[in-house]
Amino acid sequence: MSELDWLVQLTGIAIALAAAPMFLGWVNQCRAWLQNKSAPHILQPYRGIRKLFHKDALIAENASRLFRLAPYIVFGAMVTAAAIIPSIATRLPFTQAADAIALVGLLATARVFVSLAAMDVGTAFGTLGARREMMIGFLAEPALLVVIFVASLTFTTTALPLIAERLSAQSFSLNPSLAFTAVAFTMVLLAENARIPVDNPATHLELTMIHEALLLEYSARHLALMEWAAALKLFNYACIGFAVFLPWGIATSHAPLNLALAVLLLSVKLLLAGAGLALIETLSAKLRVFRAPEFLATAFLFAVLGLLVRLLLGA
Amino acid sequence: MTVLPLDLQILNTLAALLLLLSFAMLSQRRIVSLVNLLALQGAILCIATLLLAWRTGVNHLFVSAFMTLALKVLFLPWLLHRLIRRLGVYWDTESLLNLVGTMLVGVLIVIFSFGLAQPISALASTATRNSIGIAVAVILIAFLTMITRRKAMSQVVGFLSMENGLFFAAMSATNGMPMIVEFGIALDVLVAMLVLGVFFFQIREQFDSLDLKHFESLKEEQ
Repeated sequence: MSELDWLVQLTGIAIALAAAPMFLGWVNQCRAWLQNKSAPHILQPYRGIRKLFHKDALIAENASRLFRLAPYIVFGAMVTAAAIIPSIATRLPFTQAADAIALVGLLATARVFVSLAAMDVGTAFGTLGARREMMIGFLAEPALLVVIFVASLTFTTTALPLIAERLSAQSFSLNPSLAFTAVAFTMVLLAENARIPVDNPATHLELTMIHEALLLEYSARHLALMEWAAALKLFNYACIGFAVFLPWGIATSHAPLNLALAVLLLSVKLLLAGAGLALIETLSAKLRVFRAPEFLATAFLFAVLGLLVRLLLGA
Repeated sequence: MTVLPLDLQILNTLAALLLLLSFAMLSQRRIVSLVNLLALQGAILCIATLLLAWRTGVNHLFVSAFMTLALKVLFLPWLLHRLIRRLGVYWDTESLLNLVGTMLVGVLIVIFSFGLAQPISALASTATRNSIGIAVAVILIAFLTMITRRKAMSQVVGFLSMENGLFFAAMSATNGMPMIVEFGIALDVLVAMLVLGVFFFQIREQFDSLDLKHFESLKEEQ
Protein backbone atom coordinates (compact mmCIF):
# COMPACT_ATOMS: atom_id res chain seq x y z
CA MET A 1 0.00 0.00 0.00
CA SER A 2 1.55 3.26 -1.06
CA GLU A 3 0.94 6.71 0.37
CA LEU A 4 -1.25 7.50 -2.60
CA ASP A 5 -3.64 4.70 -1.63
CA TRP A 6 -4.00 6.12 1.86
CA LEU A 7 -4.46 9.59 0.47
CA VAL A 8 -7.27 8.41 -1.80
CA GLN A 9 -8.79 6.47 1.09
CA LEU A 10 -8.79 9.55 3.34
CA THR A 11 -10.26 11.64 0.54
CA GLY A 12 -13.00 9.04 0.14
CA ILE A 13 -13.90 9.22 3.83
CA ALA A 14 -13.82 13.01 3.73
CA ILE A 15 -16.14 13.01 0.73
CA ALA A 16 -18.55 10.66 2.52
CA LEU A 17 -18.52 12.82 5.66
CA ALA A 18 -19.07 15.99 3.71
CA ALA A 19 -21.53 14.70 1.15
CA ALA A 20 -23.80 12.69 3.46
CA PRO A 21 -25.73 15.64 4.96
CA MET A 22 -25.94 17.22 1.53
CA PHE A 23 -27.42 13.99 0.10
CA LEU A 24 -30.02 14.07 2.87
CA GLY A 25 -30.67 17.73 2.09
CA TRP A 26 -31.10 16.88 -1.58
CA VAL A 27 -33.62 14.14 -0.79
CA ASN A 28 -35.56 16.52 1.46
CA GLN A 29 -35.48 19.22 -1.18
CA CYS A 30 -36.74 16.89 -3.93
CA ARG A 31 -39.47 15.62 -1.67
CA ALA A 32 -40.61 19.14 -0.84
CA TRP A 33 -40.68 20.03 -4.55
CA LEU A 34 -42.70 16.95 -5.41
CA GLN A 35 -45.18 17.75 -2.67
CA ASN A 36 -45.56 21.39 -3.74
CA LYS A 37 -43.99 22.71 -0.58
CA SER A 38 -41.33 25.37 -0.45
CA ALA A 39 -38.12 23.37 -0.12
CA PRO A 40 -35.57 23.77 2.66
CA HIS A 41 -32.12 24.78 1.49
CA ILE A 42 -29.92 21.90 0.40
CA LEU A 43 -27.41 22.85 3.11
CA GLN A 44 -30.06 22.80 5.85
CA PRO A 45 -28.76 19.57 7.48
CA TYR A 46 -25.31 21.20 7.91
CA ARG A 47 -26.90 24.19 9.57
CA GLY A 48 -28.79 21.92 11.93
CA ILE A 49 -25.63 20.03 12.82
CA ARG A 50 -23.64 23.25 13.34
CA LYS A 51 -26.33 24.69 15.55
CA LEU A 52 -26.40 21.55 17.66
CA PHE A 53 -22.61 21.56 18.09
CA HIS A 54 -22.81 25.05 19.59
CA LYS A 55 -25.33 24.13 22.24
CA ASP A 56 -24.75 22.85 25.76
CA ALA A 57 -25.36 19.16 26.17
CA LEU A 58 -28.04 18.09 28.61
CA ILE A 59 -28.06 14.54 29.83
CA ALA A 60 -30.68 12.76 31.90
CA GLU A 61 -29.70 12.21 35.55
CA ASN A 62 -29.96 8.45 35.42
CA ALA A 63 -28.13 8.05 32.12
CA SER A 64 -25.20 5.66 32.28
CA ARG A 65 -21.86 5.95 30.54
CA LEU A 66 -23.23 3.93 27.63
CA PHE A 67 -25.60 6.76 26.84
CA ARG A 68 -22.70 9.21 26.46
CA LEU A 69 -20.54 6.80 24.53
CA ALA A 70 -23.17 5.56 22.09
CA PRO A 71 -23.08 8.58 19.72
CA TYR A 72 -19.33 8.25 19.30
CA ILE A 73 -19.56 4.49 18.74
CA VAL A 74 -22.39 4.84 16.23
CA PHE A 75 -20.67 7.67 14.40
CA GLY A 76 -17.40 5.73 14.39
CA ALA A 77 -19.14 2.63 13.01
CA MET A 78 -20.70 4.65 10.20
CA VAL A 79 -17.39 6.30 9.29
CA THR A 80 -15.69 2.87 9.26
CA ALA A 81 -18.49 1.55 7.06
CA ALA A 82 -18.02 4.52 4.72
CA ALA A 83 -14.33 3.60 4.52
CA ILE A 84 -15.09 -0.05 3.74
CA ILE A 85 -17.67 0.59 1.03
CA PRO A 86 -16.02 1.30 -2.32
CA SER A 87 -17.61 4.59 -3.31
CA ILE A 88 -15.05 6.17 -5.61
CA ALA A 89 -12.22 3.64 -5.89
CA THR A 90 -11.98 -0.11 -5.36
CA ARG A 91 -8.32 -0.73 -4.57
CA LEU A 92 -8.06 0.91 -1.19
CA PRO A 93 -6.56 -0.29 2.12
CA PHE A 94 -9.88 -0.35 4.00
CA THR A 95 -12.12 -1.69 1.26
CA GLN A 96 -9.95 -4.77 1.04
CA ALA A 97 -9.83 -5.26 4.80
CA ALA A 98 -13.44 -6.36 5.23
CA ASP A 99 -16.06 -8.04 3.08
CA ALA A 100 -19.77 -7.36 2.72
CA ILE A 101 -20.80 -9.70 5.55
CA ALA A 102 -18.52 -7.91 8.00
CA LEU A 103 -20.06 -4.67 6.75
CA VAL A 104 -23.55 -5.92 7.60
CA GLY A 105 -22.20 -6.83 11.04
CA LEU A 106 -20.80 -3.33 11.45
CA LEU A 107 -24.16 -1.78 10.60
CA ALA A 108 -25.81 -4.16 13.08
CA THR A 109 -23.36 -3.02 15.79
CA ALA A 110 -24.43 0.57 15.25
CA ARG A 111 -28.07 -0.48 15.49
CA VAL A 112 -27.51 -2.35 18.75
CA PHE A 113 -25.83 0.65 20.36
CA VAL A 114 -28.51 3.08 19.21
CA SER A 115 -31.17 0.79 20.69
CA LEU A 116 -29.28 0.22 23.96
CA ALA A 117 -28.76 3.95 24.39
CA ALA A 118 -32.44 4.59 23.73
CA MET A 119 -33.41 2.10 26.45
CA ASP A 120 -30.76 3.36 28.84
CA VAL A 121 -32.63 6.39 30.19
CA GLY A 122 -35.76 4.33 30.69
CA THR A 123 -38.37 6.58 29.11
CA ALA A 124 -41.33 4.93 27.45
CA PHE A 125 -40.64 6.39 24.02
CA GLY A 126 -37.01 5.34 23.98
CA THR A 127 -37.90 1.76 24.83
CA LEU A 128 -40.69 1.73 22.28
CA GLY A 129 -38.40 3.09 19.58
CA ALA A 130 -35.68 0.60 20.47
CA ARG A 131 -38.07 -2.32 20.20
CA ARG A 132 -39.40 -1.17 16.86
CA GLU A 133 -35.87 -0.59 15.59
CA MET A 134 -34.89 -4.12 16.56
CA MET A 135 -38.02 -5.54 14.93
CA ILE A 136 -37.25 -3.76 11.66
CA GLY A 137 -33.59 -4.67 11.94
CA PHE A 138 -34.04 -8.38 12.45
CA LEU A 139 -36.35 -8.56 9.45
CA ALA A 140 -34.27 -6.33 7.18
CA GLU A 141 -30.94 -7.96 7.90
CA PRO A 142 -31.69 -11.39 6.36
CA ALA A 143 -33.03 -9.69 3.25
CA LEU A 144 -29.85 -7.60 2.99
CA LEU A 145 -27.71 -10.70 3.49
CA VAL A 146 -29.55 -12.63 0.78
CA VAL A 147 -29.08 -9.66 -1.57
CA ILE A 148 -25.36 -9.85 -0.90
CA PHE A 149 -25.37 -13.63 -1.32
CA VAL A 150 -26.89 -13.30 -4.79
CA ALA A 151 -24.19 -10.85 -5.80
CA SER A 152 -21.57 -13.12 -4.24
CA LEU A 153 -22.89 -16.14 -6.14
CA THR A 154 -22.86 -14.23 -9.40
CA PHE A 155 -19.36 -12.87 -9.00
CA THR A 156 -17.91 -15.60 -6.72
CA THR A 157 -16.71 -13.22 -4.05
CA THR A 158 -18.12 -11.54 -0.95
CA ALA A 159 -15.80 -8.56 -1.23
CA LEU A 160 -17.69 -5.46 -2.36
CA PRO A 161 -14.81 -3.95 -4.38
CA LEU A 162 -14.38 -7.18 -6.35
CA ILE A 163 -18.13 -7.40 -7.01
CA ALA A 164 -18.06 -3.81 -8.26
CA GLU A 165 -15.02 -4.43 -10.44
CA ARG A 166 -16.35 -7.63 -11.99
CA LEU A 167 -19.78 -6.21 -12.68
CA SER A 168 -18.39 -3.09 -14.32
CA ALA A 169 -16.00 -5.20 -16.40
CA GLN A 170 -18.83 -7.46 -17.62
CA SER A 171 -20.45 -6.79 -20.97
CA PHE A 172 -24.09 -5.82 -20.89
CA SER A 173 -26.51 -8.64 -20.14
CA LEU A 174 -30.03 -8.86 -18.76
CA ASN A 175 -29.86 -10.18 -15.27
CA PRO A 176 -33.26 -10.94 -13.69
CA SER A 177 -31.75 -12.11 -10.41
CA LEU A 178 -29.85 -8.86 -9.93
CA ALA A 179 -32.98 -6.91 -10.89
CA PHE A 180 -35.02 -8.74 -8.22
CA THR A 181 -32.36 -8.20 -5.61
CA ALA A 182 -32.13 -4.52 -6.56
CA VAL A 183 -35.82 -4.17 -5.72
CA ALA A 184 -35.25 -6.04 -2.45
CA PHE A 185 -32.29 -3.82 -1.64
CA THR A 186 -34.30 -0.65 -2.27
CA MET A 187 -36.96 -1.89 0.15
CA VAL A 188 -34.33 -2.69 2.78
CA LEU A 189 -32.80 0.75 2.26
CA LEU A 190 -36.17 2.40 2.87
CA ALA A 191 -36.79 0.37 6.02
CA GLU A 192 -33.31 0.68 7.49
CA ASN A 193 -33.08 4.41 6.97
CA ALA A 194 -36.51 5.13 8.41
CA ARG A 195 -37.88 6.41 5.11
CA ILE A 196 -41.54 6.67 4.36
CA PRO A 197 -43.29 3.35 3.88
CA VAL A 198 -41.87 2.23 7.22
CA ASP A 199 -41.18 5.41 9.18
CA ASN A 200 -41.72 9.08 8.47
CA PRO A 201 -38.50 11.04 9.03
CA ALA A 202 -40.34 14.36 9.07
CA THR A 203 -42.60 13.75 12.04
CA HIS A 204 -42.46 13.41 15.80
CA LEU A 205 -45.84 11.76 16.05
CA GLU A 206 -45.62 9.41 19.02
CA LEU A 207 -47.51 6.48 17.64
CA THR A 208 -45.56 6.07 14.44
CA MET A 209 -42.02 7.26 14.98
CA ILE A 210 -39.07 4.92 15.12
CA HIS A 211 -35.92 6.85 14.34
CA GLU A 212 -36.96 9.99 16.19
CA ALA A 213 -38.05 8.03 19.26
CA LEU A 214 -34.55 6.60 19.53
CA LEU A 215 -32.94 10.04 19.63
CA LEU A 216 -35.51 11.72 21.85
CA GLU A 217 -33.24 12.00 24.90
CA TYR A 218 -30.20 13.28 23.05
CA SER A 219 -29.24 16.94 22.78
CA ALA A 220 -26.47 19.18 21.46
CA ARG A 221 -23.30 17.48 20.21
CA HIS A 222 -24.59 13.98 20.91
CA LEU A 223 -27.68 14.63 18.85
CA ALA A 224 -25.55 16.25 16.14
CA LEU A 225 -23.39 13.14 15.93
CA MET A 226 -26.44 10.88 15.85
CA GLU A 227 -28.07 12.93 13.08
CA TRP A 228 -24.84 13.00 11.13
CA ALA A 229 -24.49 9.24 11.59
CA ALA A 230 -28.04 8.78 10.28
CA ALA A 231 -27.19 10.84 7.19
CA LEU A 232 -24.01 8.80 6.77
CA LYS A 233 -26.05 5.61 7.05
CA LEU A 234 -28.28 6.69 4.17
CA PHE A 235 -25.22 7.64 2.15
CA ASN A 236 -23.58 4.30 2.95
CA TYR A 237 -26.61 2.32 1.89
CA ALA A 238 -26.77 4.27 -1.36
CA CYS A 239 -23.10 3.52 -1.97
CA ILE A 240 -23.60 -0.21 -1.23
CA GLY A 241 -26.37 -0.13 -3.82
CA PHE A 242 -24.10 1.56 -6.36
CA ALA A 243 -21.28 -0.91 -5.69
CA VAL A 244 -23.49 -3.96 -6.16
CA PHE A 245 -25.86 -2.79 -8.90
CA LEU A 246 -24.43 0.29 -10.65
CA PRO A 247 -20.66 0.23 -10.31
CA TRP A 248 -19.93 1.80 -13.69
CA GLY A 249 -17.39 4.57 -13.50
CA ILE A 250 -15.79 3.48 -10.23
CA ALA A 251 -12.02 3.93 -10.33
CA THR A 252 -10.00 0.72 -10.40
CA SER A 253 -6.68 2.55 -10.57
CA HIS A 254 -5.52 5.76 -8.99
CA ALA A 255 -4.90 7.79 -12.08
CA PRO A 256 -6.14 11.34 -11.32
CA LEU A 257 -8.40 11.35 -14.38
CA ASN A 258 -10.13 8.11 -13.31
CA LEU A 259 -10.64 9.43 -9.80
CA ALA A 260 -12.09 12.69 -11.05
CA LEU A 261 -14.45 10.78 -13.32
CA ALA A 262 -15.44 8.50 -10.43
CA VAL A 263 -16.28 11.45 -8.18
CA LEU A 264 -18.27 13.07 -10.96
CA LEU A 265 -20.23 9.89 -11.69
CA LEU A 266 -20.81 9.27 -7.99
CA SER A 267 -22.40 12.70 -7.65
CA VAL A 268 -24.59 12.08 -10.72
CA LYS A 269 -25.68 8.72 -9.28
CA LEU A 270 -26.39 10.29 -5.91
CA LEU A 271 -28.46 13.04 -7.51
CA LEU A 272 -30.54 10.49 -9.41
CA ALA A 273 -30.84 8.14 -6.41
CA GLY A 274 -31.94 11.01 -4.18
CA ALA A 275 -34.58 12.09 -6.66
CA GLY A 276 -35.76 8.48 -7.00
CA LEU A 277 -35.93 8.09 -3.23
CA ALA A 278 -37.98 11.28 -2.92
CA LEU A 279 -40.29 10.00 -5.65
CA ILE A 280 -40.85 6.67 -3.86
CA GLU A 281 -41.49 8.49 -0.61
CA THR A 282 -43.98 10.82 -2.22
CA LEU A 283 -45.87 8.07 -4.02
CA SER A 284 -46.23 5.68 -1.11
CA ALA A 285 -48.18 6.05 2.10
CA LYS A 286 -46.74 5.21 5.45
CA LEU A 287 -47.55 1.68 6.56
CA ARG A 288 -48.87 0.88 9.99
CA VAL A 289 -46.06 -0.43 12.16
CA PHE A 290 -47.62 -3.88 12.16
CA ARG A 291 -47.62 -3.95 8.37
CA ALA A 292 -43.85 -3.33 8.31
CA PRO A 293 -43.09 -7.07 8.72
CA GLU A 294 -45.15 -7.73 5.58
CA PHE A 295 -43.18 -5.06 3.72
CA LEU A 296 -39.89 -6.59 4.79
CA ALA A 297 -41.11 -10.12 4.12
CA THR A 298 -41.80 -8.98 0.57
CA ALA A 299 -38.25 -7.63 0.37
CA PHE A 300 -36.95 -10.97 1.64
CA LEU A 301 -39.13 -12.78 -0.90
CA PHE A 302 -37.70 -10.68 -3.74
CA ALA A 303 -34.18 -11.43 -2.58
CA VAL A 304 -34.88 -15.17 -2.25
CA LEU A 305 -36.54 -15.23 -5.67
CA GLY A 306 -33.44 -13.55 -7.06
CA LEU A 307 -31.34 -16.26 -5.44
CA LEU A 308 -33.55 -19.08 -6.78
CA VAL A 309 -33.68 -17.63 -10.28
CA ARG A 310 -29.93 -17.24 -10.17
CA LEU A 311 -29.49 -20.88 -9.13
CA LEU A 312 -31.90 -22.27 -11.70
CA LEU A 313 -31.40 -20.15 -14.78
CA GLY A 314 -27.79 -19.33 -14.09
CA ALA A 315 -28.75 -15.81 -15.09
CA MET B 1 -18.98 -16.09 -16.74
CA THR B 2 -20.33 -17.02 -20.14
CA VAL B 3 -22.74 -14.55 -21.66
CA LEU B 4 -25.90 -16.00 -23.19
CA PRO B 5 -27.27 -14.73 -26.50
CA LEU B 6 -29.60 -11.79 -26.04
CA ASP B 7 -32.86 -13.52 -27.02
CA LEU B 8 -32.20 -16.28 -24.49
CA GLN B 9 -31.49 -13.64 -21.86
CA ILE B 10 -34.83 -12.02 -22.63
CA LEU B 11 -36.59 -15.39 -22.43
CA ASN B 12 -35.00 -16.04 -19.05
CA THR B 13 -36.05 -12.61 -17.83
CA LEU B 14 -39.61 -13.24 -19.00
CA ALA B 15 -39.60 -16.59 -17.18
CA ALA B 16 -38.43 -14.85 -14.02
CA LEU B 17 -41.19 -12.26 -14.45
CA LEU B 18 -43.78 -15.04 -14.78
CA LEU B 19 -42.62 -16.46 -11.47
CA LEU B 20 -42.76 -13.00 -9.89
CA LEU B 21 -46.31 -12.50 -11.16
CA SER B 22 -47.34 -15.83 -9.66
CA PHE B 23 -46.16 -14.58 -6.29
CA ALA B 24 -47.94 -11.29 -6.85
CA MET B 25 -51.14 -13.22 -7.51
CA LEU B 26 -50.57 -15.32 -4.43
CA SER B 27 -50.36 -12.21 -2.29
CA GLN B 28 -53.00 -10.09 -4.03
CA ARG B 29 -56.14 -9.56 -1.99
CA ARG B 30 -58.29 -7.64 -4.44
CA ILE B 31 -60.04 -9.65 -7.10
CA VAL B 32 -59.89 -6.85 -9.71
CA SER B 33 -56.12 -6.59 -9.40
CA LEU B 34 -55.94 -10.39 -9.49
CA VAL B 35 -57.61 -10.41 -12.91
CA ASN B 36 -55.27 -7.66 -14.13
CA LEU B 37 -52.28 -9.68 -12.96
CA LEU B 38 -53.66 -12.67 -14.86
CA ALA B 39 -53.91 -10.58 -18.03
CA LEU B 40 -50.34 -9.38 -17.50
CA GLN B 41 -49.16 -12.96 -17.04
CA GLY B 42 -50.88 -13.85 -20.32
CA ALA B 43 -49.19 -10.92 -22.04
CA ILE B 44 -45.75 -11.99 -20.86
CA LEU B 45 -46.51 -15.54 -21.96
CA CYS B 46 -47.53 -14.19 -25.37
CA ILE B 47 -44.27 -12.23 -25.75
CA ALA B 48 -42.24 -15.26 -24.69
CA THR B 49 -44.07 -17.44 -27.23
CA LEU B 50 -43.47 -14.93 -30.01
CA LEU B 51 -39.81 -14.71 -29.14
CA LEU B 52 -39.46 -18.48 -29.04
CA ALA B 53 -41.30 -18.83 -32.35
CA TRP B 54 -38.96 -16.29 -33.93
CA ARG B 55 -35.93 -17.98 -32.41
CA THR B 56 -36.76 -21.57 -33.32
CA GLY B 57 -38.68 -20.91 -36.51
CA VAL B 58 -41.50 -23.20 -35.37
CA ASN B 59 -44.40 -21.62 -37.18
CA HIS B 60 -47.31 -22.97 -35.20
CA LEU B 61 -45.96 -21.14 -32.14
CA PHE B 62 -47.01 -17.90 -33.87
CA VAL B 63 -50.55 -19.26 -33.93
CA SER B 64 -50.47 -20.16 -30.27
CA ALA B 65 -49.01 -16.74 -29.41
CA PHE B 66 -51.92 -15.16 -31.22
CA MET B 67 -54.33 -17.49 -29.43
CA THR B 68 -52.79 -16.56 -26.07
CA LEU B 69 -53.20 -12.90 -26.89
CA ALA B 70 -56.79 -13.22 -27.99
CA LEU B 71 -57.92 -15.59 -25.27
CA LYS B 72 -55.83 -14.96 -22.17
CA VAL B 73 -54.93 -11.31 -22.53
CA LEU B 74 -58.10 -9.91 -24.04
CA PHE B 75 -61.17 -12.12 -23.89
CA LEU B 76 -60.98 -13.95 -20.55
CA PRO B 77 -59.94 -10.88 -18.48
CA TRP B 78 -62.72 -8.91 -20.16
CA LEU B 79 -65.18 -11.68 -19.34
CA LEU B 80 -63.95 -11.85 -15.74
CA HIS B 81 -64.18 -8.08 -15.31
CA ARG B 82 -67.68 -8.19 -16.65
CA LEU B 83 -68.61 -10.98 -14.24
CA ILE B 84 -67.09 -9.04 -11.34
CA ARG B 85 -69.16 -6.00 -12.25
CA ARG B 86 -72.36 -7.97 -12.62
CA LEU B 87 -71.84 -9.98 -9.47
CA GLY B 88 -70.55 -6.98 -7.53
CA VAL B 89 -67.70 -8.90 -5.90
CA TYR B 90 -64.69 -6.62 -5.66
CA TRP B 91 -63.07 -8.03 -2.55
CA ASP B 92 -61.68 -11.34 -1.58
CA THR B 93 -59.95 -10.80 1.70
CA GLU B 94 -59.91 -14.13 3.43
CA SER B 95 -57.05 -16.33 2.48
CA LEU B 96 -56.71 -19.31 4.76
CA LEU B 97 -53.10 -18.80 5.81
CA ASN B 98 -51.60 -15.42 6.61
CA LEU B 99 -49.69 -13.60 3.91
CA VAL B 100 -46.14 -14.19 5.11
CA GLY B 101 -46.87 -17.88 5.74
CA THR B 102 -48.30 -18.31 2.25
CA MET B 103 -45.25 -16.61 0.77
CA LEU B 104 -42.89 -18.92 2.64
CA VAL B 105 -44.85 -21.96 1.44
CA GLY B 106 -44.55 -20.47 -2.06
CA VAL B 107 -40.76 -20.26 -1.72
CA LEU B 108 -40.65 -23.89 -0.58
CA ILE B 109 -42.77 -24.83 -3.60
CA VAL B 110 -40.30 -23.10 -5.90
CA ILE B 111 -37.37 -25.01 -4.37
CA PHE B 112 -39.35 -28.26 -4.64
CA SER B 113 -40.27 -27.71 -8.28
CA PHE B 114 -36.72 -26.75 -9.20
CA GLY B 115 -35.63 -30.09 -7.82
CA LEU B 116 -38.50 -31.81 -9.59
CA ALA B 117 -37.65 -30.24 -12.93
CA GLN B 118 -33.94 -30.98 -12.81
CA PRO B 119 -34.15 -34.49 -14.42
CA ILE B 120 -36.64 -33.23 -17.03
CA SER B 121 -34.33 -30.33 -17.89
CA ALA B 122 -31.45 -32.75 -18.23
CA LEU B 123 -33.39 -34.75 -20.82
CA ALA B 124 -34.85 -31.85 -22.79
CA SER B 125 -32.90 -30.56 -25.74
CA THR B 126 -34.47 -27.11 -26.08
CA ALA B 127 -32.53 -23.96 -25.34
CA THR B 128 -35.15 -22.93 -22.81
CA ARG B 129 -34.96 -26.13 -20.76
CA ASN B 130 -33.83 -24.21 -17.68
CA SER B 131 -37.24 -22.56 -17.51
CA ILE B 132 -39.06 -25.87 -16.94
CA GLY B 133 -38.50 -25.50 -13.21
CA ILE B 134 -40.07 -22.06 -13.29
CA ALA B 135 -43.02 -23.39 -15.27
CA VAL B 136 -43.62 -26.17 -12.73
CA ALA B 137 -43.33 -23.59 -9.95
CA VAL B 138 -45.92 -21.38 -11.68
CA ILE B 139 -48.32 -24.35 -11.90
CA LEU B 140 -47.89 -25.32 -8.26
CA ILE B 141 -48.14 -21.73 -6.98
CA ALA B 142 -51.35 -21.29 -8.95
CA PHE B 143 -52.52 -24.47 -7.24
CA LEU B 144 -51.61 -22.93 -3.89
CA THR B 145 -53.53 -19.78 -4.85
CA MET B 146 -56.59 -21.94 -5.45
CA ILE B 147 -56.13 -23.78 -2.16
CA THR B 148 -55.75 -20.65 -0.05
CA ARG B 149 -58.79 -18.86 -1.49
CA ARG B 150 -62.39 -19.45 -0.62
CA LYS B 151 -64.21 -17.36 -3.16
CA ALA B 152 -65.18 -19.04 -6.42
CA MET B 153 -63.92 -16.10 -8.47
CA SER B 154 -60.32 -16.17 -7.28
CA GLN B 155 -60.25 -19.95 -7.58
CA VAL B 156 -61.10 -19.61 -11.24
CA VAL B 157 -58.32 -17.06 -11.68
CA GLY B 158 -55.97 -19.53 -10.01
CA PHE B 159 -57.13 -22.22 -12.43
CA LEU B 160 -56.43 -19.98 -15.43
CA SER B 161 -53.03 -19.10 -14.06
CA MET B 162 -52.32 -22.81 -13.73
CA GLU B 163 -53.17 -23.24 -17.40
CA ASN B 164 -50.66 -20.47 -18.20
CA GLY B 165 -48.05 -22.43 -16.29
CA LEU B 166 -48.86 -25.63 -18.18
CA PHE B 167 -48.57 -23.83 -21.49
CA PHE B 168 -45.22 -22.38 -20.47
CA ALA B 169 -43.99 -25.80 -19.32
CA ALA B 170 -44.87 -27.34 -22.70
CA MET B 171 -43.21 -24.44 -24.43
CA SER B 172 -39.94 -24.66 -22.58
CA ALA B 173 -39.72 -28.46 -22.62
CA THR B 174 -40.65 -29.23 -26.23
CA ASN B 175 -41.18 -25.89 -28.00
CA GLY B 176 -44.93 -26.14 -27.61
CA MET B 177 -47.54 -28.87 -27.81
CA PRO B 178 -48.90 -30.13 -31.14
CA MET B 179 -51.32 -27.67 -32.64
CA ILE B 180 -54.36 -29.87 -32.25
CA VAL B 181 -53.75 -30.33 -28.49
CA GLU B 182 -53.30 -26.61 -28.04
CA PHE B 183 -56.55 -25.89 -29.84
CA GLY B 184 -58.27 -28.47 -27.67
CA ILE B 185 -56.96 -26.94 -24.46
CA ALA B 186 -57.85 -23.43 -25.56
CA LEU B 187 -61.37 -24.54 -26.36
CA ASP B 188 -61.55 -26.35 -23.02
CA VAL B 189 -60.52 -23.26 -21.11
CA LEU B 190 -62.92 -21.11 -23.06
CA VAL B 191 -65.88 -23.41 -22.51
CA ALA B 192 -64.94 -23.99 -18.86
CA MET B 193 -64.85 -20.24 -18.36
CA LEU B 194 -68.25 -19.72 -19.99
CA VAL B 195 -69.80 -22.57 -17.99
CA LEU B 196 -68.22 -21.33 -14.76
CA GLY B 197 -69.56 -17.85 -15.50
CA VAL B 198 -73.07 -19.26 -15.54
CA PHE B 199 -72.18 -21.32 -12.50
CA PHE B 200 -71.27 -18.25 -10.46
CA PHE B 201 -74.78 -16.93 -10.80
CA GLN B 202 -76.22 -20.31 -9.82
CA ILE B 203 -73.97 -20.54 -6.77
CA ARG B 204 -74.92 -17.06 -5.69
CA GLU B 205 -78.58 -17.71 -6.18
CA GLN B 206 -78.35 -20.86 -4.07
CA PHE B 207 -76.17 -19.57 -1.22
CA ASP B 208 -76.36 -15.75 -1.48
CA SER B 209 -72.57 -15.70 -1.65
CA LEU B 210 -69.64 -16.90 -3.72
CA ASP B 211 -67.90 -18.29 -0.66
CA LEU B 212 -67.22 -21.96 -1.26
CA LYS B 213 -67.27 -22.88 2.41
CA HIS B 214 -71.05 -23.02 2.07
CA PHE B 215 -70.53 -26.08 -0.10
CA GLU B 216 -69.62 -27.96 3.04
CA SER B 217 -73.27 -27.92 4.06
CA LEU B 218 -74.05 -29.98 0.96
CA LYS B 219 -72.89 -33.17 2.71
CA GLU B 220 -75.46 -35.82 3.38
CA GLU B 221 -76.60 -36.01 6.97
CA GLN B 222 -75.12 -38.97 8.78
